[in-house]
Amino acid sequence: MVMSQTESAFADAQSLEQDIAVSVQGVSKNYGAVEALKNMSLDFPRGQLTSLLGPSGCGKTTLLKIIAGLLKSDTGKIIVNGKPVTGPGPNRAFVFQDFALLPWASVMRNVAFGLELRGVAKSEREDKAAKYINDVGLAGFEGAYPHELSGGMRQRVGLARALSVDANVLLLDEPFSAVDEQTRRKFQEDLLALVANENKTFIFVTHSIEEAVYCSDQIALLLPRPSRVHEIIRPNINRAIGVESIRRAPEYLDIVDQIWASLRAYVE
Amino acid sequence: MWFKGYKLPNMSSLLIWGLLWEITGQLELTFFVPPLSEVFVTLFNIIGTPAFTKALYETAVAFLGGVFFAIVIGIPIGIFMGRNRLLDELLLPWVNIFVSAPLTALVPVLMVLFGFGLKSIIITTTLFGIWIIILNTRAGVRQINRSLIEMSTSFGASPMDAFTKVYFWAALPEILGGVRIGVIRAVKGVIIGQLLISIVGFGALFELYASNFLMSHFWAVLIVLFALAFTISEFLGYLERKVSYYAASR
Ligand SMILES: Nc1ncnc2c1ncn2[C@@H]1O[C@H](COP(=O)(O)OP(=O)(O)O)[C@@H](O)[C@H]1O
Ligand SMILES: [Mg+2]
Repeated sequence: MVMSQTESAFADAQSLEQDIAVSVQGVSKNYGAVEALKNMSLDFPRGQLTSLLGPSGCGKTTLLKIIAGLLKSDTGKIIVNGKPVTGPGPNRAFVFQDFALLPWASVMRNVAFGLELRGVAKSEREDKAAKYINDVGLAGFEGAYPHELSGGMRQRVGLARALSVDANVLLLDEPFSAVDEQTRRKFQEDLLALVANENKTFIFVTHSIEEAVYCSDQIALLLPRPSRVHEIIRPNINRAIGVESIRRAPEYLDIVDQIWASLRAYVE
Repeated sequence: MWFKGYKLPNMSSLLIWGLLWEITGQLELTFFVPPLSEVFVTLFNIIGTPAFTKALYETAVAFLGGVFFAIVIGIPIGIFMGRNRLLDELLLPWVNIFVSAPLTALVPVLMVLFGFGLKSIIITTTLFGIWIIILNTRAGVRQINRSLIEMSTSFGASPMDAFTKVYFWAALPEILGGVRIGVIRAVKGVIIGQLLISIVGFGALFELYASNFLMSHFWAVLIVLFALAFTISEFLGYLERKVSYYAASR
């Protein structure tokens, strides 16, 4: 996209007082003696994809579940669209690492299940579900059962279910970790298309540096013991140059190296 | 079953035992074991008689009543125990005691509490079947994938929805297994009830035949009972296999 000088200056100014969809303020969480999160604060700009990146055990899932309202934090609060979170709500939808599909239900019922729980009438929710089944590329599999699908297809079902409830914040917990590398790359493209088209806020947990740099508008680098936000990185990758060129572009590789340098001490 | 590389039809072991029974009976070793053929002749003679249909009806009512309560009380209790730590700690010791207790010894107490009629027999039947249903349901609920529970919570499931749309179905393979064993135990319960509480139904027939040494009658009724229990158990086994496709992938 070509912007005039004034337009881009205007956009920068706007991003300073950015519209924040989700704000994590001073959140701590202990599991018994384990300090999973300590006084964490982090903002998630609306309409963007923010990755939570860090080694396993640093509290990414815990933070995501607290934002989802599935876990209570010990201190601090979560603000979503200006209102504090007290539990799960229709403005957030979760995509699970292990898909969390109902094994006894068809793809159609699984995708519509979020709407079913919200009391939407059958014909209406199936219309909506059909649209998202189509969007994630599963048209023709409406009647299939999860055990008949590959890992990648199952995660598409999980994604379609989260999209169909039309929440404006999507929480994705390592959604691609159980799928093979080819499928994963395809997923990343699809995810970027979603971010561009859906005007939703994506909070995306990953432990892959490349994936985070490739997909994110903003990366929150988390480090363990005690878990905290070590660094916020905005990759600003120019996606117009094409998939293959991005993965070879110097700025892409520089950011990957920079993150790796920060993490190395903790991995070794 | 296989014999020298040939697959024998299902239940061919029954044929072998039947043959052995017939031979033992023909040898007239003991009055207790009349030939199987004689038992079947008796069976076809009594099966249409009013005494038999009445007994079948009385037994069926008590049995179905007892099984009904064992299921509709047992499954929810099992689900609650699987979901609620406090309830579980309160109830589990009792369930474990009763699942292996000699319940027959309790029947006289039930008679004092609930009288000598159908009510006591139904309660006896329920007591025989319910504990294993509770234990299996509880086990089924406890192994539900945590993320299924989180998924339903995150989409705003009410407790009732979570109960009927997730927990029940996720635990269904174990529940059906429990119901199958519970039903077989309930057969035992209904006969013991009929023998001890009031002499009605098949219990009365057993009592009558045994005390008059009508062994082929006795065995004939026992075979009918076995066939009924076997049919129900096979049907539940069939339902179990129908849900087994997801039992492995929960
Ligand atoms: N339910 C739990 N009980 C006890 N400790 C837990 C529990 N869940 C997570 N933890 C601990 O909290 C820390 C953070 O876990 P988690 O949020 O799952 O990390 P991540 O998703 O980044 O791998 C880990 O040390 C983990 O062992
Ligand atoms: Mg995790």
